[in-house]
Amino acid sequence: MPEFTELAKEARAWACYDCGKCTATCPISRIGGEYSPRRHVLSTNLGQHDEVLQDGTLFSCLTCSLCERRCPAEVGYTSLIQRLRELSHHEGVEPECPHGGALQSVMRMMARGGPQQDRMGWLTGDLKTQPKKGEVVYWTGCTMYYDAFFPDFQMTTLEGTRSVVRLMNRLGIVPVVSPDERCCGHDLLWNGDRASFELLARHNVNLVTESDADLLVVSCAECLRTWKVDYEPFFTGRIPRIIHISEFITEHLGDMKFGGDGQRRVTFQDPCRLGRHLGIYDAPRQVLEALPGIELAEMRRSGPSAMCCAGGTWSNCDRYAKQIQTERLREAKGTGAEVLVTSCPKCQIHFRCTMKDPNHGDEIKIEMQDIAELVAERSQATTES
Amino acid sequence: MTVKAKRQKPKRLPPKTPSSWNPRIVVFACNWCSYAGADTAGVSRIQHQPHFRMIRVMCSGRIQPGFVLRAFEKGADGVLVSGCHFGDCHYIFGNERAVEQFDKTMSIIKLLGIGEGRLRLEWISAAEGARFAEVINEFTDQVRKLGPSELKTNSGQPKADS
Repeated sequence: MPEFTELAKEARAWACYDCGKCTATCPISRIGGEYSPRRHVLSTNLGQHDEVLQDGTLFSCLTCSLCERRCPAEVGYTSLIQRLRELSHHEGVEPECPHGGALQSVMRMMARGGPQQDRMGWLTGDLKTQPKKGEVVYWTGCTMYYDAFFPDFQMTTLEGTRSVVRLMNRLGIVPVVSPDERCCGHDLLWNGDRASFELLARHNVNLVTESDADLLVVSCAECLRTWKVDYEPFFTGRIPRIIHISEFITEHLGDMKFGGDGQRRVTFQDPCRLGRHLGIYDAPRQVLEALPGIELAEMRRSGPSAMCCAGGTWSNCDRYAKQIQTERLREAKGTGAEVLVTSCPKCQIHFRCTMKDPNHGDEIKIEMQDIAELVAERSQATTES
Repeated sequence: MTVKAKRQKPKRLPPKTPSSWNPRIVVFACNWCSYAGADTAGVSRIQHQPHFRMIRVMCSGRIQPGFVLRAFEKGADGVLVSGCHFGDCHYIFGNERAVEQFDKTMSIIKLLGIGEGRLRLEWISAAEGARFAEVINEFTDQVRKLGPSELKTNSGQPKADS
């Protein structure tokens, strides 16, 4: 296990000059949470083991990377948190898992492998995929699990997944969708469980390498971050091009015909993994602009300063998270939009959960859609090729 | 200091042959009906198979997916969730919540490929000792037929740390 000094060096924590911008921007501390990014950075620099790992706020961080974006000294705060959580996992400090740890159990079981998952049930008859080899791999992520686990939120994340395959089929592409796909391990990694993450990483990298694909399309923002950043050391040979579905659509805008009727005003929630972690802001906006009848109304805090959906890694659902979500939904409603578009299933889950709060009633209710779902809907009227 | 002769370790039992394999079953039982039902079975000296571990909870409504999934993760071959009959719940509608939670759990179990046969929901009242024994026997046989859980036999378990 790395020492604190090493961690501080890795994350450039020593560059910190104690200005406090991070804590001032942190969504959690802004609304009164105990948590302070600055304290973590300084305590790491001082090697104060207990202050960092035992103060009970290590898992309050949303890992939304807003502080990192604002930091004038470029301290890699998000990666520091990732490493600190690994240390804390090593010492047996674990987050209080919402949902009784069920989702963590599912992920760990997938990491161990064993029974063959039954994860292809969502494929309807009109969708064409292939199981093993092909030029394009579509990484579905765990949307089938989310829809099964949150039936009371009327979750439709699977519809986004189906839409991606539908769009690809319309472009004449039959993507590889593997029945052996496993969780990308994003949440386990951010919960500090590196051992399980590595098992998943090896399995998944192997799976994609064996498919001989040139292109890997990912529709979940978290999976994309994991594939692009955290899986990199696990590739031994050639790394396929890894892109988000919105980038894929922008590349094929010329080949697509859009139709559909009715004006709709939409607003876009930048997932933290897609935006601040990977810097993809333009592609989803280009896609939305290209759709006829769709008008994009930006929220006050959008792009690099977008507010997080406050639920990142199944480890920090509390009253602060709920307050952040409520605020964000108010902001979305304030744009006059009918639909809140996003490209991360987690954003959908967390916002839909907040919408169920009876105290707010219809005040914060807004329709939610995945970006692929909206595109597939608007390209329906064209002739299928 | 004299070295005492090593005490002989008790002899290990020979490895079990597959035919004599017994499943490891976790039974979640509510305090008011099913747990009391098991008690009735015991007091009435009704014989049943003993290959289960019982976990008492106050109400079956408490048994959320996390509990069941954790049991499978830790190597259970089968999980039985039990509670009061509809209308009998000590907390009026707790068992209705149990059904909601159970349905969710079942769909996750199916997705993971663990197999529907390894998970079961049963209503057993405090008076139904015989019914308890019957359910246990039936479920144990069913799981025995399915064999050991693949999650348990898999060797890919993550090491503590490397």
